[in-house]
Amino acid sequence: MRDWLIFGIGAAALLAGAVVVTQTIENEYFFFASYVVLQFVVLATAWNILGGYAGYVNFGSAAFFAIGAYIAVALFKAFQAPLLAQLLAAMAVTGLMGFAVGALTMRLRGVFFSIATVAIAVICETLVVNWGFVGGARGTAILQPSAPPLFGSYTRMLFVAMALFAVLSVAIARYIETSWIGRGLRALRDSEEAAESLGVPTLKLKLFAATASGALMGLAGAPFALYMSFIEPTSAFSLNYAVSALAMPIVGGTGSWIGPVIGALLLGSVQQIVTVTVSSELNVLIVGLLLVAFVVAAPQGILGLLQRLFRSRGAK
Amino acid sequence: MTAALLDVQSVSKRFGGFAALTEVSLAVRPGERLGIIGPNGSGKTTLINCICGALRGHRGTIVFEGHDITGLAPYQRTRLGIARSFQIPRPFSSMSLVDNVAVPLEYVAHRYLAHRGPVAAADIRAEALAILDQMGLQGGADAPAATLTQVGLRKLELARAMAARPRLLILDEVMAGLSSAEVDEVLTLLFTLSGRGVTIVMIEHIMRAIMRFSERVVCLDAGRVMAEGPPAAIAADPMVRRIYLGA
Amino acid sequence: MPLQLLIEAVIAGVLLGCFYAAVSVGLSVAFGLLDVPHIAHPAFLVLGAYGAYLLGTYGIDPLLAGALLTPVFFLGGLGVYRFYHAVFERRSDAGLRGLAFFFGVAFIVEVALIVAFGVDQRMVEAAYIGKSLAIGELRLPIRMLVAFGVALLLTGTLALYLSHTFTGRAIKAVAQDQTALALMGADPVRVKQWAFGIATGTCALAGALLIIVQPVEPGLGRLYIGRTFCVAVLAGLGSMPGTLAAGLILGIAESIVLTSLGASWAPAVAFGLLLLVLAIRPAGLFGR
Repeated sequence: MRDWLIFGIGAAALLAGAVVVTQTIENEYFFFASYVVLQFVVLATAWNILGGYAGYVNFGSAAFFAIGAYIAVALFKAFQAPLLAQLLAAMAVTGLMGFAVGALTMRLRGVFFSIATVAIAVICETLVVNWGFVGGARGTAILQPSAPPLFGSYTRMLFVAMALFAVLSVAIARYIETSWIGRGLRALRDSEEAAESLGVPTLKLKLFAATASGALMGLAGAPFALYMSFIEPTSAFSLNYAVSALAMPIVGGTGSWIGPVIGALLLGSVQQIVTVTVSSELNVLIVGLLLVAFVVAAPQGILGLLQRLFRSRGAK
Repeated sequence: MTAALLDVQSVSKRFGGFAALTEVSLAVRPGERLGIIGPNGSGKTTLINCICGALRGHRGTIVFEGHDITGLAPYQRTRLGIARSFQIPRPFSSMSLVDNVAVPLEYVAHRYLAHRGPVAAADIRAEALAILDQMGLQGGADAPAATLTQVGLRKLELARAMAARPRLLILDEVMAGLSSAEVDEVLTLLFTLSGRGVTIVMIEHIMRAIMRFSERVVCLDAGRVMAEGPPAAIAADPMVRRIYLGA
Repeated sequence: MPLQLLIEAVIAGVLLGCFYAAVSVGLSVAFGLLDVPHIAHPAFLVLGAYGAYLLGTYGIDPLLAGALLTPVFFLGGLGVYRFYHAVFERRSDAGLRGLAFFFGVAFIVEVALIVAFGVDQRMVEAAYIGKSLAIGELRLPIRMLVAFGVALLLTGTLALYLSHTFTGRAIKAVAQDQTALALMGADPVRVKQWAFGIATGTCALAGALLIIVQPVEPGLGRLYIGRTFCVAVLAGLGSMPGTLAAGLILGIAESIVLTSLGASWAPAVAFGLLLLVLAIRPAGLFGR
């Protein structure tokens, strides 16, 4: 209970800080960069619920992200739907996607789930490219609604919203991790046969994780079009999302909710700096190299390295 | 005549062209101590897998406490009261010993047998430690299971199975690799469990354990039940000797 | 669809299908027989294609380039497997990390190719590219016929190797029972390493076929993940005749979709077929 209180205080402070920042900072680029980093916090946290806790690797995160964005766009264009409705619809669709891919493949070996996520990514992109209503291959422009009171612009409101989503997704991940659900997921990740034989309903838990993960990824993507005032398939389905969603938790540490946050903050910031100073291709290459380096040499991520450091200090 | 706790009816299982089990029937009485022996490849583990639900798509029926459980998933059978240990231990390596035992406590004992609501984490931990203590594993209870020795892993297998509070406990070569003293230790524990009413089916190669522990012994060979009877009779049976030592 | 068009689509599909079998045969070995989650196989294919392109700039025929590069790729494959086995296969959490590793490798290969060759499409030139053979009213591109022939040769040779040589049979055996193999005196790890080397070696020649059949660009690998895994899974993991049959099925399906619905839907065929196979019969056509 006390842990959650501390967590809640920290979250509230963060959100308050976010609001204050929208009133004080003038530089628009700051908001752009921070929004992207916060977005990756949500994406990495969502990925880790299925990847880190249950051990199922999703290579198609870009699809969940992009579909979240496109569902929101479709609702906005068709009904001028309010933001909340867009978010809920996006999460419902991407949650269902996660469930469907899981239901199809989770009775088989884990690698088949991963391949199916690649399939979903390509199929979704193909469908969107052929979907005239949202602009097909050329994309479509979105006119931002007028700014709500208190915030100087709609963009700044979305920034605070994304901070809220980051807090929300981390809270959900933390709850799952520390509850009996998390223990069941970890058990089935370590040995599915043993977990099943000890009363863990492995298929149900896996499907739950897949659905939750998918829904939260859709949440990360839903405000994307409104934020950019534009959306088109190539950038929405960018490989960078798939690689980052994988690399950030692995670099940060997949065992706990803190890992994806560390990874997102670190890699997200690095990406912003590199993209601006050098090039965006180099940025993506760096993420890929870090991924391989950590997978090979530091599988427990930065968290694991820190834990080992403190443990050896404690032993002295 | 008391009804059988577990009734295996004419179970056959093929893998491609290979018949692992052929028309195996077995009835286990409540409270019984049953031993199953047979050379490697005779189908013992396949039989266990069919009973526990790890293998489905076999011919024949499995009836437990009067209910047909043939179509149930393994976790459902565990919740009904069947637990097993694995021949090659499958610990939750990244989790501590306490957490390893906590999983069946949370998913079986506390959720479906005793209380129907959340149990305090402290209570679960206390109970897990008690179970580990019974197995002699209390030291290093918070260390990850990956650090255990082979012997420790086998004890953990047994501890986890016990934590599920089964009415039927199936042990697949749980004593492999244990020293003579450790075998006796485990046997004492199993006798205690049996005294509390748990029905125990033991697959073993260690004849001493089988002879001491079992009330009845079943001998499998090439997927069929070859002989059945009290331990002494089985030990003296010339066919059993032939199966084990060759003609 | 008029019958004439359908027949043409099917014939084109047959040629295409054998080509798909050739590019997937390495995966049938690596993933089907060795259980390695080799998501980077298509990336190696593209690497082979660029290898043929590079040698092509020196005037070397792509098929010859493919043959020349095969031992290079074979050795590379030995190294990759050795590394994979040492770092991943021996640990219990091989699944997640192994997959992430190969994903990272595929990704790095793609970016490295972008850095080295740029994102533009590359093509290769040869006497048989650009011309067609006319049979009645049918026009068959000669390069497809060449790919068809080489593909049959490659698949057939590999199938014979696996069933008639000691090492080949050891490879099939290691897929089924490692312990038994070890008891027969063969080291399972070395057998698997050799097999992975062969699987990677096929990428040299198959990659050459790739650039003969179509222009390549670094991102092509991702599209071929669908095609190669579709074929490998539909085949029934590890079966050589299955690979050929599955390739034909995919080729014909894609060809028909291309003719009736157009090019924008074609990439989804392989993935859609893959999902269908996973849903209905994950063991594939000839699965064990």
